Amino acid sequence: MPLRLVPRLAPSRLALYGAPLLAVAATVVFGYVLFLAIGRDPLTALHAYFIAPVNSRFGLSEWLLTALPLTLIGLGLAVGFRANVWNIGAEGQLLLGAIGGGAVALALWREGVPGTFLLVCIAGALAGMAWAAIPAFLRTRFNANEILTSLMLIYVADQLLGYLVHGALRNPQGFGFPESRLFSAEAIMPNLLSGTRLHVGWLLVPLAVLAMWFLMSRTVTGFRLQVSGEAAGAAAYAGFSQKRMVWLSFLLTGGLAGVVGAMEVAGPVGQLLPEISPGYGFAAIIVAFLGRLSPVGVLLAAHLLALILIGGENVQMLGVPVAVAQLFQGVLLVALLASDVLVRYRVVRLGRLGRGSA
Amino acid sequence: MPTRRTLIAAALGLGLAGAAAADEPLKIGFVYSSLIGDAGWTYQHDLGRLMVEEAFGDRVETAYVESIDGGADAERVIRQFASQGYGLIFGTSFNHMNPMARVAAQFPDIAFEHATGYTQDTNLAIYHTRAYESRYLVGMVAGMMGDSMGVVASYPIPEVLRGINAMTLGARSVNPNFTTRVVWISTWFDPGLERTAADALLDQGVDVLAHFTDSPAVVQAAEDRGKHVVALGDMAQYGETSHLTALVYNWGPYYVERTQMVLDGTWETANTWEGISADMMTIAPFADSVPQEVRDMVMAKKAEIGASEFHPFQGPLVAQDGSTKVPVGEIPDDMMLLSMDFYVEGVEGSLP
Repeated sequence: MPLRLVPRLAPSRLALYGAPLLAVAATVVFGYVLFLAIGRDPLTALHAYFIAPVNSRFGLSEWLLTALPLTLIGLGLAVGFRANVWNIGAEGQLLLGAIGGGAVALALWREGVPGTFLLVCIAGALAGMAWAAIPAFLRTRFNANEILTSLMLIYVADQLLGYLVHGALRNPQGFGFPESRLFSAEAIMPNLLSGTRLHVGWLLVPLAVLAMWFLMSRTVTGFRLQVSGEAAGAAAYAGFSQKRMVWLSFLLTGGLAGVVGAMEVAGPVGQLLPEISPGYGFAAIIVAFLGRLSPVGVLLAAHLLALILIGGENVQMLGVPVAVAQLFQGVLLVALLASDVLVRYRVVRLGRLGRGSA
Repeated sequence: MPTRRTLIAAALGLGLAGAAAADEPLKIGFVYSSLIGDAGWTYQHDLGRLMVEEAFGDRVETAYVESIDGGADAERVIRQFASQGYGLIFGTSFNHMNPMARVAAQFPDIAFEHATGYTQDTNLAIYHTRAYESRYLVGMVAGMMGDSMGVVASYPIPEVLRGINAMTLGARSVNPNFTTRVVWISTWFDPGLERTAADALLDQGVDVLAHFTDSPAVVQAAEDRGKHVVALGDMAQYGETSHLTALVYNWGPYYVERTQMVLDGTWETANTWEGISADMMTIAPFADSVPQEVRDMVMAKKAEIGASEFHPFQGPLVAQDGSTKVPVGEIPDDMMLLSMDFYVEGVEGSLP
């Protein structure tokens, strides 16, 4: 019997919470068949994917550590996307944060200033905001498409980082390899849990989620952001400045991405390298949409994405090819996004619809 | 006599535990910076891993994780191996150095091995190949098959400069007017960029291509344009007529030797830098188009290098600016080679 999607009058509460569970269930079934098909024990593989990464203290800490950049950047992006401001360049803003923070860490390398890591984070945030200001300026001044400008600036940032670690910021005792010195102890993010790599920067996660929730649901600015995203004409009629929304979105995300970049190099990495991020800035775009642009949703989505990222490494140790691991991740994401259709639409059989409208 | 019985039981228990440990295969982990693919740097490390599996069969169990480069992931993966009972862990990219050093310090009973770096510890050995020896040989082939070479290069680090210089010296040893030009693309792997750089060099009229990057794109460019190439790793399947030969990293013998040491309980830290004499470097089979006299000359030189009768950088070594870096009759020490930061005579352009 043919099926048809009919729009719901209001989003379904049941589907809102049920759809993600359905998507995960569908992915697990798919994964079971997939792992069986390539001759691996499906239960072992699924265990390695979802359970093994988080069943130890260290595993948990790594999970939180990986979700940290995704959450912070995802929150910033969600605000911008709600206002219809399309900052695709968070990865570049992250790299600039790493450069700015790293430069401060290296400048104070010999000084032994207590709390250098705070300066590193502030420098990172400022550098990220400065980088984000470029597409914001081009958009508000020349009406240049911010998707293109912010995206292109990622490659510029990447080259800039490469240039610096090959030149000015290169370790003089490093045999010419493209990397900086290891940062001094004062510049390294203090540990939150001994024996792990989780650092104090993680405290920003609950703070940022709360702040973003407050901004979006309890302030006039949040309301303006929302209105200019959903009805630009109405927002203009009400006298809301579109330009202010663009600037706000970009500076917020740029600052968050910048601080993330600084905390990566001053945290788990401990130095500047030509490659710093495995693509957090891009993954955070998925996180923002997966989390339906809501603060708690972003938090959950970031932790799900971090889990399957680590799980993907884990199953490789069982001999699952990386392509299969990525396929599985892709299926999960597609299933989650596709299941969203159930929130706004209901599935009905075509026959019944025909009778009803006749 | 409960005490004695407990002791005997304990002794028996220990013995059993020991036997069980001996029967358990040694788990060996490999961390790769890129995908294995079917040619290139990581592919050649994986051939080494397979050689270990073949040599030891049931006595070892190997696993690998691909595409782990800079950033926070490397330390987690290495640590994951260490905490899952792996007894020997290889990191195959320079960027694995500091993460590996940090994990090694926390797991003193596990043997760590890092390729291409310089940080050593009591349980962290470092190893590398003298690739410049094979570079010299493929340079000789290039010098006899053409008058100029275009190099698609990654980063201006000593390893790559040694390679460019060795190829140029090899080529000029048989063809004194031979020149080399270099395009730097700041990546180890980007087929599109590699191809663009190769095409640009061919547009400038070079006869032979060479590369330090990981994909077969440069070989394909030479094949499409009817030119020659000396490749990184045997990529003959991508260049039926263009692929003259290639330098080949041979990690297998080293991996087998180090695995044997862990199994025997004799493993200890080391700083290994070996080439043709230890069979850690070689060259790929010649293309049909390479004449017999060229093959003979190159193989004779290979034997000389293997027997330490010839050093690719032995004096006189003259830099691009005309200054003498190694006087006649002298052989440079490893420190000079490890910090090489100049072009030799015959390379055009300036260092970035």
